[in-house]
Amino acid sequence: MKYQSQLVAKPYFIAAIGLFIGQIIFGLIMGLQYVVGDFLFPEIPFNVARMVHTNLLIVWLLFGFMGASYYMVPEESETELHSPKLALALFWIFLVAGALTIVGYLAVPYATLAEMTGNDLLPTMGREFLEQPTITKIGIVVVALGFLYNVGMTVLKGRKTSISLVLMTGLVGLAVLFLFSFYNPTNLVLDKMFWWYVVHLWVEGVWELILGAILAFVLIKTTGVDREVIEKWLYVIIAMTLITGIIGTGHHYYWIGTPEYWQLLGSVFSALEPIPFFMMTVFAFNMVNKRRRDHPNRAAVLWALGTAVMAFLGAGVWGFLHTLSPVNYYTHGSQITAAHGHMAFYGAYVMIVLTMISYTMPLMRGRAAANSNRSQVVEMWSFWLMTVSMVFITLFLTGAGILQVYLQRYSDAPQAFMVVQEKIELFYWMREYAGLVFLTGLLLYVVSFFIGGKEPAQQNA
Amino acid sequence: MYSTTAVIEQRQDAPPGDLAIWFFILAELLVFAVLFVVYAVARRNNIELFDLHQQQLDRSSGLANTLVLITSSYFVMRAVAAIRDGRAHLCSRWLWGAFALGFLFLLIKGAEYQHHFAAGITLRSNDFYLFYLSLTFFHFMHVVMGMVILAAVAFKAQHGGYSATDYTGVETGASYWHMVDLVWLILFPLVYVMH
Repeated sequence: MKYQSQLVAKPYFIAAIGLFIGQIIFGLIMGLQYVVGDFLFPEIPFNVARMVHTNLLIVWLLFGFMGASYYMVPEESETELHSPKLALALFWIFLVAGALTIVGYLAVPYATLAEMTGNDLLPTMGREFLEQPTITKIGIVVVALGFLYNVGMTVLKGRKTSISLVLMTGLVGLAVLFLFSFYNPTNLVLDKMFWWYVVHLWVEGVWELILGAILAFVLIKTTGVDREVIEKWLYVIIAMTLITGIIGTGHHYYWIGTPEYWQLLGSVFSALEPIPFFMMTVFAFNMVNKRRRDHPNRAAVLWALGTAVMAFLGAGVWGFLHTLSPVNYYTHGSQITAAHGHMAFYGAYVMIVLTMISYTMPLMRGRAAANSNRSQVVEMWSFWLMTVSMVFITLFLTGAGILQVYLQRYSDAPQAFMVVQEKIELFYWMREYAGLVFLTGLLLYVVSFFIGGKEPAQQNA
Repeated sequence: MYSTTAVIEQRQDAPPGDLAIWFFILAELLVFAVLFVVYAVARRNNIELFDLHQQQLDRSSGLANTLVLITSSYFVMRAVAAIRDGRAHLCSRWLWGAFALGFLFLLIKGAEYQHHFAAGITLRSNDFYLFYLSLTFFHFMHVVMGMVILAAVAFKAQHGGYSATDYTGVETGASYWHMVDLVWLILFPLVYVMH
């Protein structure tokens, strides 16, 4: 760590991990509700558990991205952060607003929450992933503006690198696209169409820029490969991401009432969306093979390589599975979608944030480069437990999805939704067990940071 | 006589430009290849419709644009030759020339679009126009991107960023521009001419 102000990343990362644990607990609750329908009813109905599970994911990833930016930007710009105080103030505002929102979800019925928060003045609630009360949304915008101002001023006064340029583009895009969450037309087709401007253009657009920038940063630091080489790859990858991903939005416009040409455009362009992810995998392994030194933080390198592989599998391969419109005609909104969603979010965004935390936490806690070997062994166990269990969660959901699509939509005598749900119960049980392993892995991840011991020495390859 | 070392040296020089741009070019060609295949399949399912509307396209505009792009590729080639001789200003002049031709391409294509839109044609008119408009517009955006790259390289050349020994950037930009040209050379006969 070169600049004192990079330390503001620490509370962001701690909060991120705390909320991550919350997300997984609610995931387990709702996973159980799939098979034991009245579990925790009426205290935590399924729809509430689902909302908390997905909203916590988004919020903790945002905490992770902000923490990563506060750490990276001063180091890339070679100057202290514009205002560490502002960063800390925004941290508390965001955390309290986020916590209040979750309490609101759990404490009162959603409709009451909408009434209490004045949703009728500017109705934005009630849409998947964008369930937050309007005042929370406004709070998010305020925090995002303050955050962008803070890192933006830092970039402006210091060295400008390709990594910070790509990162800033991603972050600005993230903030701008979120504004579509305030646009809530009464026409359902238009509503859904613009809803995807937030959802799709986040995860298959600007977030990928943030992912690319963080990955490039960690690879520069851990492999010692020339910045020039790494930045070149970064540009190629993000260009391909945007070429395929923007028009790729069309794969959400097959059946919502938008013109049918989207079936062609959406199919072709989104079929090519795996390319940038594949390039990312080639890139990460290439850089690690060409490394000039063996960084003592082997756990962080493992996370970085894991991100590249799992993002390709989860976002690339599992996305491709059901992206062509003739296939999607049968699979949309089934457990296939859930399988893809789980592995893609884990592989791309959860893992990149964990990579960054893995790399920076030892530095922020005063070590020269890495945690002790003992600590890293535990951390690598957590890597494998979480990653392998996520692979199984994905496979079980894919199995459930294939059966569901066949029984409910494809067979000669299609059966009713709930009849089919009972028939695929076994898969839901297995998914739940895999989820428990995932939680164990996550807890080990936290534990690994509390294991002391002597720091391993740096070696030059 | 060719010596072994000369051959090896030449091999090390291939492909020209930065290796990363070749990954990018291959990925881009793959995108277009998929679009061309889908076009071919869609056309086979409805040959009469495609033939009918194809005849309404302005082939002379298409041909003019083909000549414009081929010429621009020649300019780009001259720019690479110039920088290999260390003549940076000449190099940037050829590049700006190619940039201007790129702009001419956009004007001609823009006039065609103007004509179509005035006739009330949209993506939804029929399958032929869906393909024609999306394929050509996607290529149109690549010309724009190529022009941005050419301008960046020309600008850098002007300010002494390249020399007779260090000109990878010029080759990189040139390779991308040739790709844009190449795609049009397939697109033009495929969409405007073949029936």
